[in-house]
Amino acid sequence: MNAFGDSPIETLRQWRAEGRSAALATVVRTWGSSPRPEGSHLVVDADGHFVGSVSGGCIEGAVIAAAQAVMQSRQPRLLEFGVSDEQAWQVGLACGGRVQVFVEPVE
Amino acid sequence: MKAATLARIAEAQAGRRALVVVTRLADGAQCMVDAAGCSGELGLAPAQLAEAASLRQSGRCGALETLPGSFARAYVPSPRLLIVGAVHIAQALAGMATTAGYEVTVIDPRGAFASPERFPGVTLSDEWPDEALARLGLDAATALVALSHDPKLDDPALELALPSTLFYIGALGSRRTHEKRLERLRAAGLGGLTGRIHSPIGLDLGGRAPAEIAVSILAEIIRVRYKGAAA
Repeated sequence: MNAFGDSPIETLRQWRAEGRSAALATVVRTWGSSPRPEGSHLVVDADGHFVGSVSGGCIEGAVIAAAQAVMQSRQPRLLEFGVSDEQAWQVGLACGGRVQVFVEPVE
Repeated sequence: MKAATLARIAEAQAGRRALVVVTRLADGAQCMVDAAGCSGELGLAPAQLAEAASLRQSGRCGALETLPGSFARAYVPSPRLLIVGAVHIAQALAGMATTAGYEVTVIDPRGAFASPERFPGVTLSDEWPDEALARLGLDAATALVALSHDPKLDDPALELALPSTLFYIGALGSRRTHEKRLERLRAAGLGGLTGRIHSPIGLDLGGRAPAEIAVSILAEIIRVRYKGAAA
C-alpha cells in the first residue's frame, strides 16, 4: 500500500475498523477525454478526509459533498459532470469530457 | 457496499486473485464474481455471469452490455516488482516502484545489504534468489530486475525468470558483462530465451546517479507493461 490512494479498499477497511462513516465514489462512465478511467475510486469519510481520485481535481469537491450526503441518507446517488452540465461554470471538467460517478454508502 | 463485500475484495487482493463486483446503479445492489461463480444480493443470468467472468480475466471495468444500468469493477492483483540485489539503485527503485503502485520485494541473502535500515518499510527476503522466486511465484503481473552485479545471485534468478510468464525481465550491467551473462545462460540451455532480458536496463535517459537509473528502469517497466516489449 502506498500513500497515493492506490489501495482505497484498504483505506475503507481501516476507516470502518476505526468506526468512521465512509462512502465510496466510483467513475462508472466516461465520454470524451476524462482524466481518470472507469473504475477509479475516491473514498470519503464524514469529516471530508479523502483518498484516491475521480478526476484531475476538477470535481472532487462536489463528489466529497455528495458523499457526505450519502453517508447521512444511506442511499446511493449517481452524479454526472460535464461541460454541458448546468454546474459547468463552477464544477466541471476543463478537458471537455463528461463523467458519471456512483456514490454509495459503506456499511 | 456491504462490509462483507469489502472484506471479500481485500481477501482477493491479499491472495492475488481477481474479483469483479457488479453494481446495479439504480439501487446499489451488488454481487461478487470470482472463480467459484456469483454471490450476493444481485442475481445474474448466465449470460451476465459470463460477461462479468470475462472482465475478471481481462481486468477491464465498465457497464455489462447484458445488464443495462450496471457497472462492473474488476479488482485484479497489483503488479509486483522483484528486485534481486539490495544495492544502491535498488534503494531508490524500491521506493519509486511502491509509489507507482507495485508490490516490491527486495531479495539478497547478504544481510548487510538487505537490511531494514537501508530499506525502511520494504519487504525484504534474505533467501537465495532461486528459493525466494520459487516461494513468491512468477506470474504475468510481475516484473524482475537483477541488479546485484554478482552472477551467483543474478544468474539463478534469470534462469528461473526466462522460462516464466514474467512481463518484464531486466539485468544491470555493461555490454561486456551482459555478453558474458548471455554465454553462461546459453550454456545453461536458455539461449532461445535470452532475448527476453532488457539490457542495457532501462530507457536511455542519460542519467548516471542511482536514483536517475531507477527512474529509467521503472519507466521501462511501465512502458513494457502497457505497450509490450517491442514498443
